[in-house]
Amino acid sequence: MIDQTTEQATLTREGLPAPGLAARSWTGFTRFVRTKPLGAVGGLIVVLLVVVAALAPVLAPYDPRSTPALPWEAPNANYLLGADYVGRDVLSRLIYGARISLYVGLGSVVVGITGSFIIGVALTYIGGIVDTVSQRIVDALMSLPGLLIALAIMAVVTPSLNTVILAIVIGMVAPVIRTVRSQVLSLRELDYVTAATAIGAPPWRIIMRHIVPNCFATYLVLATYYLGFAIIIESSLSFLGVGTPPDQPSWGGMLVRAASAHVKAGPWLAISPGLAIFLVVMGFNLLGDALRDVFDPRLRGR
Amino acid sequence: MSQYLIRRFLLFIPTMLLATILVFGLFSIVPGDAAVFLLTGEDASGTVTTEDFERLREDLGLNRPIYVQYADWLWGVVRGDLGISLYYGQPFGLELVERFARTFELAVLAIVMAFVTAVPLGILSAMKQDSGMDYASRVIALLGIAMPTFWIGVLVIYALVYGTGWLPPLEYAHLWEDPIQNLKLMVLPAAVIGFHDMAFTARVTRSAMLEVMREDYMRTARSKGLREWVVVGRHALKNALLPVVTVSGYQFGRLLGGVIIVEQIFVVPGVGNFLIDAINHRDFPVIQGVILMTAAVVLLLNLLIDMLYGILDPRIRYS
Repeated sequence: MIDQTTEQATLTREGLPAPGLAARSWTGFTRFVRTKPLGAVGGLIVVLLVVVAALAPVLAPYDPRSTPALPWEAPNANYLLGADYVGRDVLSRLIYGARISLYVGLGSVVVGITGSFIIGVALTYIGGIVDTVSQRIVDALMSLPGLLIALAIMAVVTPSLNTVILAIVIGMVAPVIRTVRSQVLSLRELDYVTAATAIGAPPWRIIMRHIVPNCFATYLVLATYYLGFAIIIESSLSFLGVGTPPDQPSWGGMLVRAASAHVKAGPWLAISPGLAIFLVVMGFNLLGDALRDVFDPRLRGR
Repeated sequence: MSQYLIRRFLLFIPTMLLATILVFGLFSIVPGDAAVFLLTGEDASGTVTTEDFERLREDLGLNRPIYVQYADWLWGVVRGDLGISLYYGQPFGLELVERFARTFELAVLAIVMAFVTAVPLGILSAMKQDSGMDYASRVIALLGIAMPTFWIGVLVIYALVYGTGWLPPLEYAHLWEDPIQNLKLMVLPAAVIGFHDMAFTARVTRSAMLEVMREDYMRTARSKGLREWVVVGRHALKNALLPVVTVSGYQFGRLLGGVIIVEQIFVVPGVGNFLIDAINHRDFPVIQGVILMTAAVVLLLNLLIDMLYGILDPRIRYS
């Protein structure tokens, strides 16, 4: 989103002897922080999310399912962010909620983007009628918003974290397949692929040695964006009451009661879960923008 | 010209047909069919005899081969008969259309609000690139993209309840019967949905304007001695706005997703409430109807945009 065209050009190539891997990674890291401060902020938010999710049992003051407080207890020294409608500690649920967001986000992206890549690459190589028909299917799928597809899937499955992932994945395959397909099509036209074909390399070798490695940047950028997308859809489904089962502390689910008739009862319930979703999604978006600029200047502005 | 329009229209038919197959197929691969849900209740705790079960399956036509069911359903859809709600036991087509009209009104209102704020924001941003104004509008755009719509909705309700003591109205007023009351009800949810869309549109406007500003005819216009606002308004905006309108049109589907959520928060009796109710009751025909209708509206809109684009921009027709 943020164009930083000029900053790439200011990078200087230092004529030093080739440093070790650790040193090179460190230079790469400091350069990333210097040239892409917003991306670094995004990265920091993502790292924080991972740490909070990993250390949830240590960080959370209470069991997220226990009800130590009074219903609607206002924030105080014992319950820093207050309690919800049955007296569960909001802070603890928020901390454990990081696990759900991360699990659903990573799960959807690993399954969805990897799957779409395999399908996208396969389709362009099979070509012909299969490719044409599948493109129409992608068109039809793209006529439906991701949230609506996810809602339809949730209507026919039993709600659980894994079915939520399934619902999100089906909602995101169509646009991802479309992106992958155009990427593979343009890669196939490049001279080194023609050269490889000319010396008689079989298709699988071209795919594995030339196409797949060159798709890595696209993969990473798409994965970062769709992590944000997956987290938004998960929280939307939970907010609508058809996603993550209500006993599990999903950030979206925590906002449900806040939005209903109990408006006057607990304003603290409306702030923290929404803020958590917002920060995490923004983190992934900022990181994705920066990665896109670093890896592939051609994708900029899309 | 007409060849382009015909080709584009012919593309619409198979896509729409595939959409019906997808929508129908999804609800046919469900483990256990509608009859099971109807007889055993939502938590599948009831007990039934096999004869009850078979009789109901026959009544609902579920014992026929799947392609016969599909053909039957599709023929119904073509004639405007979407079937019978399993939960309420009566046809729901009319109610769906009525509710969809309200949702559509909300979506259009949101798009209009988004457009009138986003386009000036994007233009200012592009004209004063990297200025404070530019950064401010980009931050707003980022907020709109990362803040979940339902959170904005909840925050707006809180702000109103605590600020003015206002409560979400429960009585809905029809646009034709009481337009002022109707707009009063619609303006807030539309603004909440529009905020998200505005962020996106402002971004697209900014990059479209930046692209146009680099064109040769812009330099020519300036060197002719035209005033800056004429240059921007007549030469830049006219060319930049076309892709902006197109992209916003394509966004309509995503916007409908946001409408479903916001309707829940602001108690608008649109298609969103209908859908969530149907999902909770596993009322498959209703869910099918809602999804099919959305797909049809989005595909028709895309068709319309592409045709308009073909008429407005001659370059498209020949590519």
